[in-house]
Amino acid sequence: MKKNIVRVEPVKKSTNRRQFLRLGGMGVVGAGLLVACSNDDNGAMTPSPTPDPDPEPNPDPMVFDLGEGDLGVLNYAYALEQLEADFYTKVVNSFYGNISDEEMQVLTDLYYHEVNHRDFFKAAITAAVDGNANLVLPTLEFDYGGLDFGNREQVLTTASVLEDTGVAAYNGAGRLITDPGYLLLAGKIVSVEARHASAIRTLLNPGSADFAGDDYVTTDTGLSAALDPSAILAAVGATGFITTPFTANNLP
Amino acid sequence: MDIIKFLDRFTNESLLDSKSTRRDMFGALGSFSKKAALSAIPFGLATMPNKTYAQESGNDPVSALQLALTLEYLEDEFYDLALQSGVLPSGRPETVYMQISKHEQAHVDFLRAGLEGAGATPVEKPTFDFTVGGTFDPFNENGVGQETAYAQLLALAQAFEDTGVRAYKGQAGNLLGSDFLTPALQIHAVEAMHASEIRRLRTLKGWITGNERGDGMPEATQAVYNGEENVIQGGLDVTTLGSDEPFSMEASTEAYDEPLSGDDAVAIASLFIVE
Repeated sequence: MKKNIVRVEPVKKSTNRRQFLRLGGMGVVGAGLLVACSNDDNGAMTPSPTPDPDPEPNPDPMVFDLGEGDLGVLNYAYALEQLEADFYTKVVNSFYGNISDEEMQVLTDLYYHEVNHRDFFKAAITAAVDGNANLVLPTLEFDYGGLDFGNREQVLTTASVLEDTGVAAYNGAGRLITDPGYLLLAGKIVSVEARHASAIRTLLNPGSADFAGDDYVTTDTGLSAALDPSAILAAVGATGFITTPFTANNLP
Repeated sequence: MDIIKFLDRFTNESLLDSKSTRRDMFGALGSFSKKAALSAIPFGLATMPNKTYAQESGNDPVSALQLALTLEYLEDEFYDLALQSGVLPSGRPETVYMQISKHEQAHVDFLRAGLEGAGATPVEKPTFDFTVGGTFDPFNENGVGQETAYAQLLALAQAFEDTGVRAYKGQAGNLLGSDFLTPALQIHAVEAMHASEIRRLRTLKGWITGNERGDGMPEATQAVYNGEENVIQGGLDVTTLGSDEPFSMEASTEAYDEPLSGDDAVAIASLFIVE
């Protein structure tokens, strides 16, 4: 199996700042292809107006753009929470065999928490844009390809990468937020993601220092990772887990 | 800068006005003994003339970092002494404490360098008393025995880590627009990773349910958990988002960690600060 399902590494920005999520098997998606794949049935292909008078022009109005500023960050967080919630929903609906009580409890709690986060973001964003559904990231669709939900190591490794990625994403997004209330909300959630990351890491390697391992916390500064949306979305996109295309043209 | 002067910026007048309110503060923090109350309260804080610092808001980035540094000093010394005490069992406990100790030391160095880089003088390291005037004996210095000392080492670590998470979160708004925001968030998450592991080492969940301090935690640590029962996020009651388990009180409180004000963080840390 692949060891790191989502490899979190800084990536070079594409020259045109377009950060498409990859569609599974399609590689980097171009505008022409996107039109061709616009047979989505979940409302994803809505125009994405934005209040900014001079936004990054949306090259393809058929694809949702997360938006800019606080709205963009909220939609970005909503995308990540949708992925986590969907993943754990699948995990708890078909637990791998011989799962321990502890692992079942942890994974069930993570399912609860991420579903709560997901639905919170949907409600919060909807409220923030006065119900203008065109500005709210649609419900995404997912495909885990060959991931075997019956395999403990694959499930826990994927969970670990998702949680680590979530922490790095929120850490990196904090500076993009201008509203103190939203910053606090991100803070309330990121520490719970970090608690998750720690627990999953310990399940994978009991008794070790991996709960805040040297692979994740820089030894000389004691800092955990922080990454820009472009890096996070490139890594998440590379998994192919998210099959609904969207762009983040107005986030760094 | 003097630690007491610094901490005073964060304390409100009602907390320190008089001996009676000092006693109230202590009562609010729970069941430490009266003996501890007399010996462990940070008298230096209370004897500082409050008005001297009345002009200081304590809400600027430097003050936020100074508070963070104070908490990191506390954690750093605690883990150092724990590792030297001979109380920690080898294996997982020792491995965990060594990893956390490494991070807290790095956080102290990082914050001191950051403050100096910003032209500020880092607060001096306070003198700590982790026995809280003899109430605890986490390093088994007074003969409480290895087993009890170890239980106290774990309980204090949990309280410090959960406090650290809440305190950093409470300062995030003061760092908005500052270059220190991202590093503070990066530390904040590490404290949460520590907290989860220490809690799990104590056979608790890694996350906080309601305002439960958890089995085996002294009542005196309840101040660390008060407020964690909040379910209103961004004006929304998250328990109303759905009717199934993810929206239960338990899950809805676990899913969000709550901030501590600078005042509350100082009140907790001050219990362990002699001068």
